[in-house]
Amino acid sequence: MTATSTPAPPLPAPRPVRASKPVSTMLYRHRWMRLVGLLSLPLTWLVGLYIVSLALLLVTAFWYIDSFTSKVIPGFTLDNFILVFSEPAYINTSLRTLGIALAVTLLSALFAVPLGIFMAKLASPWVRAVLAVAITLPLWAGYLVKILAMRITFTEEGLFNWLMTPFGISGPGFSIPTVVLTLTYLWFPYMALPVYTAIRQIPVNLFDASADLGARGFTTIRTVVLPLLWPALIAGSVFTFSLSLGDYIVARFVGGANAQMIGSIIASNINLNPPVAAAFSVIPIAFVVIYLLVTRRTGALERM
Amino acid sequence: MKTKLMAVSAMTAAAALLLAGCATPADPGAGGIVFDVPDVPMLEALGDAEGSVDIVAWSGFVEPAWADTFTEETGCVVNRRVAGTSDEMVQLMRTGDYDLVSASGDASLRLIVGGDVAPINRDLLPNFGDEIVPGMQGQLYDTINGKVYGVPIGRGANILQYNTEVVTETPTSWDVVWEADSPYAGQITAYDAPIYIADAAVYLMYHQPELGITNPYALDETQLAAAVDLLKQQNEIVAEYWADPVAQITSFVGGTTVAGTSWEILRKLAADDRMAGTLPQEGSTGWSDAWMISSESDSPNCAYLWMDYTSQAEVNGAIAMNFGMAPANGAFCELNDEAAAHCEEFNALNEEYFENVWYWTTPIEQCIDGRTEVQCTSFQDWTNAWATVKG
Repeated sequence: MTATSTPAPPLPAPRPVRASKPVSTMLYRHRWMRLVGLLSLPLTWLVGLYIVSLALLLVTAFWYIDSFTSKVIPGFTLDNFILVFSEPAYINTSLRTLGIALAVTLLSALFAVPLGIFMAKLASPWVRAVLAVAITLPLWAGYLVKILAMRITFTEEGLFNWLMTPFGISGPGFSIPTVVLTLTYLWFPYMALPVYTAIRQIPVNLFDASADLGARGFTTIRTVVLPLLWPALIAGSVFTFSLSLGDYIVARFVGGANAQMIGSIIASNINLNPPVAAAFSVIPIAFVVIYLLVTRRTGALERM
Repeated sequence: MKTKLMAVSAMTAAAALLLAGCATPADPGAGGIVFDVPDVPMLEALGDAEGSVDIVAWSGFVEPAWADTFTEETGCVVNRRVAGTSDEMVQLMRTGDYDLVSASGDASLRLIVGGDVAPINRDLLPNFGDEIVPGMQGQLYDTINGKVYGVPIGRGANILQYNTEVVTETPTSWDVVWEADSPYAGQITAYDAPIYIADAAVYLMYHQPELGITNPYALDETQLAAAVDLLKQQNEIVAEYWADPVAQITSFVGGTTVAGTSWEILRKLAADDRMAGTLPQEGSTGWSDAWMISSESDSPNCAYLWMDYTSQAEVNGAIAMNFGMAPANGAFCELNDEAAAHCEEFNALNEEYFENVWYWTTPIEQCIDGRTEVQCTSFQDWTNAWATVKG
């Protein structure tokens, strides 16, 4: 092998292929270089921007605050955590947020399974296409636009009450049920798509076999479809659960007087008292970690 | 102009001395409202314009309609950054990237004591003179230890807005939004921020004098607890809290709420004849905004030129009309009929009206009503208390 750094003298014969690709040659020779080239960008992103900034935020949870100027003073105190875990209103808010996130997840799953079965196994290709578009359509609209749309729908003189008054029903107004509904509306596609994909992959002959063995519709769903769906449901629920846990704009716009969520408290403290906001942000992280550990025990994560 | 100024400052000084005298006769400096403020030098003389100025402002304060003329006249290009809350403004000013801020009273104290803004040299601002309405000069939130930190822009009151279709008689008291037996229970709206605790304090100041509240922004622990109890009682009858102006408007227009706290401009923007506003007998909270210059400003000359430019009657009035508030420059009201109508609507020259209005001020541990025997509650205490109200 000769060095090719100096321009080769003009030759009548074509130049060797290898010499014209010095970068490839180098990468081929050095395994570590390949790894660096492949991983440096995503790792810079992950470690530099994501983990470091998250760690910096969490560290402030142990710092002090100048009560007058709201300036953060480095130090070590557990007061912020004590406040978060001792104030009944904060505990209530955490539990309420957990409840809302679980309700949104359950509701999304409840809607997604029958819809997925219908789309994948019963609908004609044309209906299936229309439904797929209908599910993903809300993703095209802006997040705030959707929340404001729900706000207008559920306002006292809004569409919901207008439609339902003839039947003597009055809507939930701005309340926790409306928050659950709105969050379900926002995050439903993240549950519906994996579930639909999973159902499509279930061979039709399993349904036939189940029917041949005497199982009716619901028994088939319970004993055949659901076990096969489990990983997809878990995948979808991780989205719906964690996204609901972190949301607070919905609570602000359709939540009424008593729908304060974890995010609401973090938002009201983030400028004024960053240490308390940081201490509070540990709670949703803890909820998500516990949720992932529980789902891991079911073995669904390995089959995802 | 000088004599009037002297009179105002002499009175302030006398009041401070009086308070100090009452509290701790031995230590004249410690009582009253004297703050430990970092010594930031003020600009001594105007130099050449730097070519640009960076401004943090409320939406509607810096618009091309008047900023472009300013650029033509001075050569200073105006870079605007709109902030949504006072806390955000404080954070942005701390970065040192901005020259000016349109600070409300609940941000200004923090900025001054934090050393983030510099005192103003009034000699360099010919338009900051007698025409600025008296109620906006020498207020605690922009004049500290005898130094002026803010150039007034405008002010407004937090009014009681109601839907005349449901609330047929003009309420004379805030009791319709506070008391559990309100005829409009379940249809009340309230402002969604810790500073709203002061509204409860204003109500208590009138109805429960035995609590001894003399300034809604100086609450000791007992007084804060009483205010929080009142807010919790209100929580039962609140339909929803508002932080977003658009949400408040849709809440009223959509019929979810029929009475609650509002701003004149929101009532106007609702463009709904059913909505009316009033300032009840207890008085109310309000806000007053002022330009403040960063202590780290890299374009102080352009900043001073901007503060002076926007203090002219025409420009100040244009800002006030655009934002929907009472202008600081009273001379604007005499310019033409439209201006006079605006001033009338927003009570620009009605000092009696604003005497009942407590401008937003940062609550701090040092009681700003002059008490020294107790410690008052800070804004952090208020933030925590606010979370328990909605908890």
